Amino acid sequence: MEKPVVYDNGLNLEATELRLGLPGTNEHEKQSSTSVRSKKRASPEMAEETRSKSSSCISDADDDAPPPKAQVVGWPPVRSYRKNSFQQRKGEAEGAGMYVKVSMDGAPYLRKIDLKVYKSYPELLNALENMFKFRIGEYSEREGYNGSDYTPAYEDKDGDWMLVGDVPWEMFISSCKRLRIMKGSE
Amino acid sequence: MNYFPDEVLEHVFDFLTSHRDRNAVSLVCKSWFKVEKWSRRRVFVGNCYAISPERLIARFPRVRVLTLKGKPHFADFNLVPPDWGGFVYPWIEAMAKSNIGLEELRLKRMVVSNEGLELLARSFVNFKSLVLVSCEGFTTDGLAAVAANCRFLRELDLQENEVEDRKGQWLSCFPDSCTSLVSLNFACLKGEVNLTALERLVARCPNLKSLRLNRAVPLDALQRILMHAPQLVDLGTGSYVHDPDAETVNKLISTFQKCKSIRSMSGFLEVAPLCLPAIYPICSNLTSLNLSYAPGIHGDELIKLIHHCRKLQRLWILDCIGDKGLGVVACTCKELQELRVFPSDPFGVGNAAVTEEGLVAISFGCPKLHSLLYFCQQMTNAALITVAKNCPNFTRFRLCILDATKADPVTMQPLDEGFGAIVQSCKGLRRLSLSGLLTDQVFLYIGMYAEQLEMLSIAFAGDSDKGMLYVLNGCKKLRKLEIRDCPFGNVALLTDVGKYETMRSLWMSSCEVTLGGCKVLAEKMPRINVEIINEYDQMEFGFDDRQKVDKMFLYRTLVGPRKDAPHFVWTL
Repeated sequence: MEKPVVYDNGLNLEATELRLGLPGTNEHEKQSSTSVRSKKRASPEMAEETRSKSSSCISDADDDAPPPKAQVVGWPPVRSYRKNSFQQRKGEAEGAGMYVKVSMDGAPYLRKIDLKVYKSYPELLNALENMFKFRIGEYSEREGYNGSDYTPAYEDKDGDWMLVGDVPWEMFISSCKRLRIMKGSE
Repeated sequence: MNYFPDEVLEHVFDFLTSHRDRNAVSLVCKSWFKVEKWSRRRVFVGNCYAISPERLIARFPRVRVLTLKGKPHFADFNLVPPDWGGFVYPWIEAMAKSNIGLEELRLKRMVVSNEGLELLARSFVNFKSLVLVSCEGFTTDGLAAVAANCRFLRELDLQENEVEDRKGQWLSCFPDSCTSLVSLNFACLKGEVNLTALERLVARCPNLKSLRLNRAVPLDALQRILMHAPQLVDLGTGSYVHDPDAETVNKLISTFQKCKSIRSMSGFLEVAPLCLPAIYPICSNLTSLNLSYAPGIHGDELIKLIHHCRKLQRLWILDCIGDKGLGVVACTCKELQELRVFPSDPFGVGNAAVTEEGLVAISFGCPKLHSLLYFCQQMTNAALITVAKNCPNFTRFRLCILDATKADPVTMQPLDEGFGAIVQSCKGLRRLSLSGLLTDQVFLYIGMYAEQLEMLSIAFAGDSDKGMLYVLNGCKKLRKLEIRDCPFGNVALLTDVGKYETMRSLWMSSCEVTLGGCKVLAEKMPRINVEIINEYDQMEFGFDDRQKVDKMFLYRTLVGPRKDAPHFVWTL
């Protein structure tokens, strides 16, 4: 009545699991992890087979350090709210990077910058000036940027184009989707 | 047959607070039904699609307090696509149209829009209390409408919602005439608030008992606010960070000393450890402490803190407390009833700092423990058996081993025996979540012993249809069953279709049930909505009955298929 299969270190079902991990992050898997589940489901027999296959893979690697765990959707069962609040902090700590496109009117191609690198508007604007070789004017709440043909704008979460500098830096960082250096009046 | 006039009956029914009691009373006879119907003030709708707003209003025309739940529980873990449903607007609209005197609205996992909040604020003159848990779809503009228009607002409680923060001044929208607040919780909001407005609001609400701030409220503002509200019973700090110069810390200490009523604390969203000792004087009176959003407090500091908390009944903490720290909890917190240990590093490799040892220590030290949520690195059968023996009073037992199918690391056996011991010993168990390597055997135990079980969550477990059948046959009080990635198929699904009318809902994802099986079920049970959620392969709907269903959610309902289902949801 007892199953003869030896239960190894719990990696048996990995082959049949949907993952969000990058292909190749888990050395034991032969196939790309993301596409396993979506179209075709493994039958129970196949699941058994892949189970024992992975078990034999594992016994080889038993001596090594545990591989980085590929993520399974929804596991561990932590509320997204809680996960997001940790990831936010991780991002802040490790500089996970927040790359946005920057376009400049008239430039042949776009650039990308990491907003997380900067701590304030002056730093960001300075970097943009250096990247595109132009000068930005003085910012004032009343008149926007004075003294130059160029105006920095950003697209926010709603898809609206906003003037850079109006909102607190933290709020800007969290809502900026892309940047654009506008040329000319208006 | 009525010996009493209706008013007397109504007065007697007033003493019945439980929904089940009131439901039972309505079944006695027509006149009791009538009296109960007209005197029912509080209604609980566990699945917003089981009934329609119109029918609810017809059934309980004088409802004052409504609780609604929307999305399936697994939506919390991203298993349900966005836009699945759970919209509250139709409910608010229907109640507004029918002039319902709504006073309290409590929502969980629902989609709330600004329009809904605005309509709510305008339509119900006596509206007193809004509690939103794990909801989404609104911005701070909606909150501004509530603040501005609900003149008698007592409670605004936002728990773990996804709220878009506009550059608005929603807090400033509370008029100067608003002095009725008893509870204000905006910890989940991400943006700035007007600190002056907040201080003034707190100062003019003498009945404020519960205040939970968000991260944007700095420590010095907290200190000023507390000076205005020494009567607080429940405090959620915002950012607990300050350059710890002596003056700040001293001011803080003396302020906390004035707050003699605080029994519950949470927050510490960012922490300067040197400021932590300021709360030691309060700790001795705390019955509830939530440090699960405070990864900035390291194990040693946590342990120092816990030493002061002898009266703790509820503790939510991160696993960086470690097994050693849980040992300290076990020695110190003898009154502990509820413990939740969350993972500080959900996707980390072997960094989770608690194992079965911590849980065993707790079980020896805290005999009153009845509610547990425990994320851990590993678990053994021996430990579970010990825990079952020490704590027979569990009503909620949720164990989450980070490696979902991990066996007992000592014996390499499945955890069937361990969980079997839990269900056998804890005769009052109502909620259970399993993890680890599990065979059909554990379900045999659950079916045999878990007589009071109402909610069961299963993932990556079992060998065959027998597992699910043991549960469906054995657990007579089962209301919610949610299953993912288990080898349960059509036989399990279809053997006892009548069972589903005794339950609120069943969720099955990545299992072996096929489209054909679901169709059979839907046909046999017209009062069950069988929803197939298919994010991929939408064009293949209905073409192959042998196709396995990715996600199925079925629930009993009195109102047939819902009309607001998105394109990726197909009600059979």
